[in-house]
Amino acid sequence: MTDRRVTLLFASITGLTVIILVVIIGYVMVNGLPGLTLPFLLESPREMGRTGGVFPAIVGTVLLTGIALIIAAPVGILTAVYLTEYTRDTWLPKIVRFGTESLAGIPSIIFGLFGFLFFVIYLDLGWSVLSGALTLSAMILPTIVRTSEEAIRAVPDAYREVSLALGSTRWQTVTSVVLPSAKPGIMTGVMLAIGRAIGETAAVIFTAGSSLRLPRTLLDSTRTLPVHFYILAREGISLENAYSTAAVLILLILAINIAAYTIMDRLAKKES
Amino acid sequence: MAEIEALRGRCTREDNNRCIPENGSAVKIHARNFSFFYGEHCALRNVSLEIKPKQLFTIMGPSGSGKTTFLRALNRLGDLIPNTRHEGSLKIDGTDVYDSRIDIPELRRNVGMVFALPVALPMSIFSNVAHGPQMQGVRHQKELEEIVEKALRDAILWDEVKNRLNDYASRLSGGQLQRLSIARVLALEPDIILLDEPTSGLDPISTLRIEELLWELVERYTIILVTHNPLQAARIDSKTAFFLMGELIETGSAYDIFTRPKDKRTEDYVSGKFG
Repeated sequence: MTDRRVTLLFASITGLTVIILVVIIGYVMVNGLPGLTLPFLLESPREMGRTGGVFPAIVGTVLLTGIALIIAAPVGILTAVYLTEYTRDTWLPKIVRFGTESLAGIPSIIFGLFGFLFFVIYLDLGWSVLSGALTLSAMILPTIVRTSEEAIRAVPDAYREVSLALGSTRWQTVTSVVLPSAKPGIMTGVMLAIGRAIGETAAVIFTAGSSLRLPRTLLDSTRTLPVHFYILAREGISLENAYSTAAVLILLILAINIAAYTIMDRLAKKES
Repeated sequence: MAEIEALRGRCTREDNNRCIPENGSAVKIHARNFSFFYGEHCALRNVSLEIKPKQLFTIMGPSGSGKTTFLRALNRLGDLIPNTRHEGSLKIDGTDVYDSRIDIPELRRNVGMVFALPVALPMSIFSNVAHGPQMQGVRHQKELEEIVEKALRDAILWDEVKNRLNDYASRLSGGQLQRLSIARVLALEPDIILLDEPTSGLDPISTLRIEELLWELVERYTIILVTHNPLQAARIDSKTAFFLMGELIETGSAYDIFTRPKDKRTEDYVSGKFG
């Protein structure tokens, strides 16, 4: 094949990807945006969600994802540091890597079942923000460990050698040279994890319940946007509101992505 | 071979190594029957040598001769590779670097190292030089600025970078980057500086600048230069050791090594028959 044809082929394949994405998002937006008003964002649902807004579900989604991230990100990143910087040439990273890879492939409903049996029933946390967040953090932990490990491993050894040769300790080398270099890769992993957590339904229904009330404490039950959307559509309560909820979810993910990359850009500029 | 021919006719820099005014008999680095193993492979065998304070000492030899292994033993960077061991003794100022009581980060601050490939830490020019002192706990901006300026001046880089200290260090040229590496080491005020083929990736002009810089630095530091290039050893014209396959073949002034080598293998190497 000539270069021209190959280029054309790749361009059409890429085009197809973009088209699929645009069609899906466009379809949701066309159906959802008309109902997406300010009251819809700021009001509580009425009549099971047939009318009213989705404010409690927005709060529930942000709380669940945020808390899951606050737990999973430090644990995941520090685990990755330990595996790459402290135990690199031993059997431990291999076993943990095998474990995390297996965990990453497990369907989320299994995490939901585990969360239900362990957090909700055994620890008696009930259907709550806390049970949901803990379950989600267990679910996204493998993603964060694995991507952080890759990012840290990709940092050239020359950086470590220079830093160590300057008399830095291993920990100083990690915090001052390795982690800053691996930051973009780690951030990408964290963003993927957020995406996974924020769109989760199965694991959340099992553990956080589906209460429509605004959660007041971490032990209150709550409902996330995807769960709300699922119940509205599944039980035929209001398809219009289901689409609008989906639109809110997509815009929320978009906003988080834009915010994350803006922050990262700022940080990068500050350093250079 | 012009350098070697020229060498036969003069003996200028050699004086530098002879006139070590006070305590001329002192020994800075002393290896006795030092061997180093990677697993079963013996990379250094029974090396014994002495290096005096404020001496420029050149270790010359082909790839795989153990030169780098020797340098990395001196600052314990060889520890990073698993499954290594050593035999014999390797002392700096009378203390064995493999003594269990030794503080390795402190040893490394005292024995600075410049690597073969110029490495810019992923940060600004200023931060690259300030990194070592910062890790040591120097926090005052003013103090750091002084340290950085002095180190960059000593590495003859200040004039080229003084207006762009906040630029990313990776934007520097290879030659500048290698001088930055030297400045990074100087900022810690070490006793000894190890240079592992520091000019192997540089153009001839950058190489000459670094070589000249070494002769300025040796007034204050003990310097060990590793090179695979006999011509560089001849140009540097200092006390020289020839390593081959993990063994120290001979030591002597560059003049002696190049004009009347004691060992046939040294003669072959300096005359370019192998290597």
